[in-house]
Parts: sequence; structure tokens; C-alpha cells
Amino acid sequence: MEKISIPIDRLGEAYEKMITIRKAEEAFEKVYMDGKIPGFLHLYLGEEAIASGVCMNLKRSDYVTSTHRGHGHFIAKGSDIKKIAAEIMGKETGLCKGRGGSMHMIDVENGLYGSTGIVGGGFPPAVGLGLAAKYKKTGQVSVCFFGDGAVNEGTFHEAINLAAIWSLPIIFICENNLYAQSAPQEYHQKVKDISKRAEGYGIEGETVDGMDIFQIYKASRDAVERARKGFGPTLLECKTYLFTGHYVGDPRNYRYKKEMEYYKNERDCIKIFEEKVLNEKLITKDELMEIERKVERTVDEAIRFAEESSMPDRSEVMKDVY
Amino acid sequence: MSEERKITYAQAIKEAMVQEMQKDKDIIFIGQDISGGAGREKDGLTDTWGGSFGVSKGMSTLLGTNRVIDCPLSEAGYMGAAVSASTTGIKVISELMFNDFLWLAGDQLFNGAAKLRYLSGGTETCRLTVRTVMGGGLNAGMHHSQSLYSLAAHIPGIKVAIPSTPYDAKGMLVAAIRDEDPVIIFENKALYNVEGYVPEELYTVPLGKARIAKEGSDVTIIVMSRMLYVALEAEENLKKNGISAEIIDVRSLVPLDENVIIDSVKKTGHVVIVDEALPRCSAATDLAALVADKSIDYIDGPIKTVTSKPCPVPFSPILEKEYLPSKEDIINAVYEATNREG
Ligand SMILES: Cc1ncc(C[n+]2csc(CCOP(=O)(O)OP(=O)(O)O)c2C)c(N)n1
Ligand SMILES: [Mg+2]
Repeated sequence: MEKISIPIDRLGEAYEKMITIRKAEEAFEKVYMDGKIPGFLHLYLGEEAIASGVCMNLKRSDYVTSTHRGHGHFIAKGSDIKKIAAEIMGKETGLCKGRGGSMHMIDVENGLYGSTGIVGGGFPPAVGLGLAAKYKKTGQVSVCFFGDGAVNEGTFHEAINLAAIWSLPIIFICENNLYAQSAPQEYHQKVKDISKRAEGYGIEGETVDGMDIFQIYKASRDAVERARKGFGPTLLECKTYLFTGHYVGDPRNYRYKKEMEYYKNERDCIKIFEEKVLNEKLITKDELMEIERKVERTVDEAIRFAEESSMPDRSEVMKDVY
Repeated sequence: MSEERKITYAQAIKEAMVQEMQKDKDIIFIGQDISGGAGREKDGLTDTWGGSFGVSKGMSTLLGTNRVIDCPLSEAGYMGAAVSASTTGIKVISELMFNDFLWLAGDQLFNGAAKLRYLSGGTETCRLTVRTVMGGGLNAGMHHSQSLYSLAAHIPGIKVAIPSTPYDAKGMLVAAIRDEDPVIIFENKALYNVEGYVPEELYTVPLGKARIAKEGSDVTIIVMSRMLYVALEAEENLKKNGISAEIIDVRSLVPLDENVIIDSVKKTGHVVIVDEALPRCSAATDLAALVADKSIDYIDGPIKTVTSKPCPVPFSPILEKEYLPSKEDIINAVYEATNREG
């Protein structure tokens, strides 16, 4: 097995992606607590390695379907963080001009076909995008992110079977964070390793440590390669954990304290990355700190941009209605 | 009458379920996160959520997780299961976290539950009560804010309740649970914290009865769900300008209380219908047609509807406000309906 899957010259990029998501989500959380973000806010804290590791293997033209917890996917795929911040604050400069908010964003220019408020809503669109890529012979792949809970929706079964029988270039990425809202995985499904389901559909399946970006990078790289070569879909499960509640404001009193502490203290994907690259002297502490400072400036700028942006004009409400 | 006891709309709903379930052991309650921490009874981590708005918090502790059953993300699956289980002699209360998910559970409800009595030649019934959450105003975005009761009312075989007060929320829920046929109750999430008089004992508010929320003589304002409160605000302004509005709360779309509505319109001769749902093929247009059909000779002026705008529910607070019907919209419609200058 290769020891360091991510090329040395891309380690900085990996770190930058993860830390951008981390800092952005922390900033959004703060702004939310200050009452400047309305509605529901589902953060991606703790799961940064997944979107980052996967999207490092994608081109801008590749497709992604996202979830209700989509900020990380958007950031990792290259969406403008200023526009993301503005969207979740409901501003006219947002990705969707403030019409969608955190849970309903699209950015087709960057291949992002939408976060969604409907759990399981991303499976069928991922199939359609894969179908189009195959039909048009573009070489694009379609990546579908979803949670452990979403696997229980009927759309999972229908979509993955379609992808399998048509041998479509799709990578199904399960972010198994052990919970679906308040429902523990051991209650909501009997299977522990969701990737086992791949066998039932006759496709490739693999489970990796979702806190280790090196494993995620490697497994998704191989899956993307298979997909581009016409070998069909893969179900890749990443075991992960959320460092915050289901949404901001969830007191998490259905979880074990020990479990929360364990993941936060010992399984933080960013700390795991830092330790590994520093121990193996692949990158210096200064280099990491420089990236961190740069990211802090980017995030600060994004928040300022969003805060200073105007709300949409009232007359916008009926634009694009036919 | 005993001293007025005030509780919230949310508390009234919980009280209805608890009291009725304590009385009738044949009732079970299922839905997503209605208890929380499912399967962790031993560790004391269950009953930590109580539904997305905390309505049922405490119920699984009180009644047991064999009667208050958390469901995975499988709306078509558990709703279909609720439909068939409720044909066997047990009664099922099934919660759909947001009415926007009706598109997922809808097949089992509209192709299944709704057809059962007709198909069986009248012998089989489905003792199902669906509780679901509708409505905008909380910036929850386009997948968690729609008002979809018109869709349900379109399908014969489903009763549709849209309570606006804590009193009705309790009484109509009890009536729905006791009803032999499937009922969908659309609870408005913006009303959960509204307080009002609710008797402690069990009672029913019969399905199919409208309520005169405010008596008046110049114009009839027909309201649904939260629009009652917007209309009550408009009524105060109108009164200052010498217009006496009668407000009729529909409460139940199926069955529909035509008499109370028509009698009021005949009395006032003017009508405005206020509906948070969308303007086309909707409850509002349906009621407008009813009024035209049954009382056109008594009406002197246009039949006006005030609805949300026909677009997805936008997220940005400014846009959502613009999308929803406002007090001003109602006042303007009343002026038009009564042929007065604003
Ligand atoms: C169809 C549908 N049902 C229920 C919900 C409410 N809901 C939102 S997220 C969620 C849990 C999703 O769990 P999972 O797929 O594991 O994703 P996670 O939140 O853990 O990232 C639920 C029940 C919803 N938004 N859509
Ligand atoms: Mg999950």
C-alpha cells in the first residue's frame, strides 16, 4: 500500500481546503449565533477531509450533488466562499441571489448541482448527470455526497441500481457520521459498513477512515479513474463524525459525552493530517501556519463581503417565474 | 366555566395525543425524531428531541417507545406502513416532519389510504391521522416552508384539517384520531408558540365545521391557518376606517362547511379569501368558486383572493416577507371587494 497517497506538491492544497472549510464553518456558526443568519444552519465541522479529499480528484467540469450539509462540498469544489457566505446570509450577492440560503444552493459553473433540503434528493440527479456525461462522451464524472441516514430513502436504492445497470461514471460518497438527526446509526439501519451494500448492486464498494484525507484521496482517486475509464460506479463510505450538533442550536443530548470527546480530541481530521505531515517532515510548521493565515484572511474577507452586501430588492421575488 | 387555562398550540397538540393515547391503548404514534436518541433508553439518551419542534417531547418516556416509535428517513416506507397498520384495528398517528415531504409519502397516502373505503365498497377504513408541518415566515427555505394543503384537499378520500388556534389544534386532533377515515392535519410552525384557551379535559372540535372568529357586517374575510392572525390585524385597521369585517376561519378544508361561509357572504355581500398557499388551483380559488356558485346574487363587488406569490418560498427574509400575504394586502383587497377608496 502506498504510504502517502497525496502527491507532495499537493499537500498544501489538501490542507488549505480542509482548513478553509473549518474556518468558514466556525465563522458561519459565530455569525449565526449573532443572529445574522436566518433559518436552519447545518455545519460540516469534523467532516472536512471528505469533501477535500474527494474534490482534489475532480475537475471543475465534473459534477457534484450535495446535501443539506453542503458548505464543505461547495468550498472544496471551488465555489467562491464570498458568494457562499452571502447566500447563507440571504444577500443579493449570494450564489443564488439569496433565494436559496444554506440548504438550497447551486453553482453550475463549478459543477455543483445543488444542496437540498430534501434528504435523499441528490441521488437521482447524480444519475442523470452521469448519464449525460456518458452519452456525450465528455469524460466527466458525477459525485454524489450523502449521509448514513439518506441511505434509508428509496431514492438511494433506485439511483444506485440505475447507475449500476447503465455502468455510469458515478461515485457515491457516503459520509457516515453515525447519526441521522437524533437517530443513531445502530438504530436506523442494521448494516454497520454501508459500503457492503455495493455488493447487492453489483458494484465496487469500499469503506475508509473519513478522518484520514490520505485514505479518502486514494480511494476516490481510484474510483474516479475507474469511472472515467467506463468501469461504472463505486460506493465509497467514509466513517466520520460531526463536531457540532445536527444544526446550530442542537444540544446533542442524544449522544454519548465520551464519544463526542473522543472524536474531537483524537479523531480530528485536521490534527491527524498535521501530525502525519510534520512527523514525516513532508511540510514545515511554518508552511502550514502560512496557509492558515492566508485562509483566515480569505474567510474574514468573505464574511465582511457578505455582511456589507445588500439584501435583494423586494421586486426580485417574482423574477424567473414563468 | 372554570378559570381560563392558556397553553400553546404545540402544548395543545401534545396534550391531545397524550390524553387520547392514555385512554385508548390501540393508538400508536410514529415519525422521525419524535422521541430522539432512539434505542438508547438504557443510557437515558432517548426522548431528547421530541420532533423537530419539540412538540412530542416527553411522550416516549410517558407512553413507551413501543407506542412512540422513531422512524428512519423512509417517508414512503413508514407512511405506507402507517396506512396498512391503521386498517387492522389499531389507530396510527403518523408525523411527517415537514409537509414538503408529502411528495415522498404521497403515493401511499393518495393512491393508498385515500382509495381504501371506496375500493372496498365501504367496508374497510383506515384510522390514520397524519400530522405535518406547513407554512412560511421562519426563513426555513423552499423545502421546509410550503403550504401544501390544497394538494391533499384535491384528492377524494382524505380529510384535511388546518387548525389555527390552540383550542382547535387539540380538539381537531382528537376528532381526527377518533375518525374512521384518514385525516391530514397541517400544523403551522409559526403558530407553535401562540397561546390560547384550552380545556384540560378531552374534547373534540368536529371536522367540517368553520368558525366565525369575529362577527362583522360589511365584508366577509375567509381565512385559513395562520392567516387568521394577519386578518385580525387587518380587521382592526379596517374598523378604524369604518369597515366592519366578519372573519370566518375555515378550519377544515375537507369536509368543508359551506353553510357558515355562504351565510356570512350573503349577510355582508362582499368577500375576501386569505390563504397562505399559492394562488392557482388552490383552496382560495376553490372557495371563490363556491362563493360565486352559491351566493353570486348577494355579492356586490369582486370576489378577492389574497395569497402567497406563485414562486418557490424564497429564503432571504426580505423576499419571504414579500412572498407571504400581508396585512396591507388584505386591507387593499377589502377596499377592492367593497368598492371603496383606500
Ligand atoms: C426527506 C426528508 N426527511 C427528513 C428530513 C429532516 N432531516 C434533515 S437532515 C436529517 C438527517 C440526515 O441524516 P444523514 O443523511 O445521516 O445526514 P447528516 O445530517 O448526518 O449529515 C433529517 C431527518 C429532510 N430534510 N428531508
Ligand atoms: Mg448522518
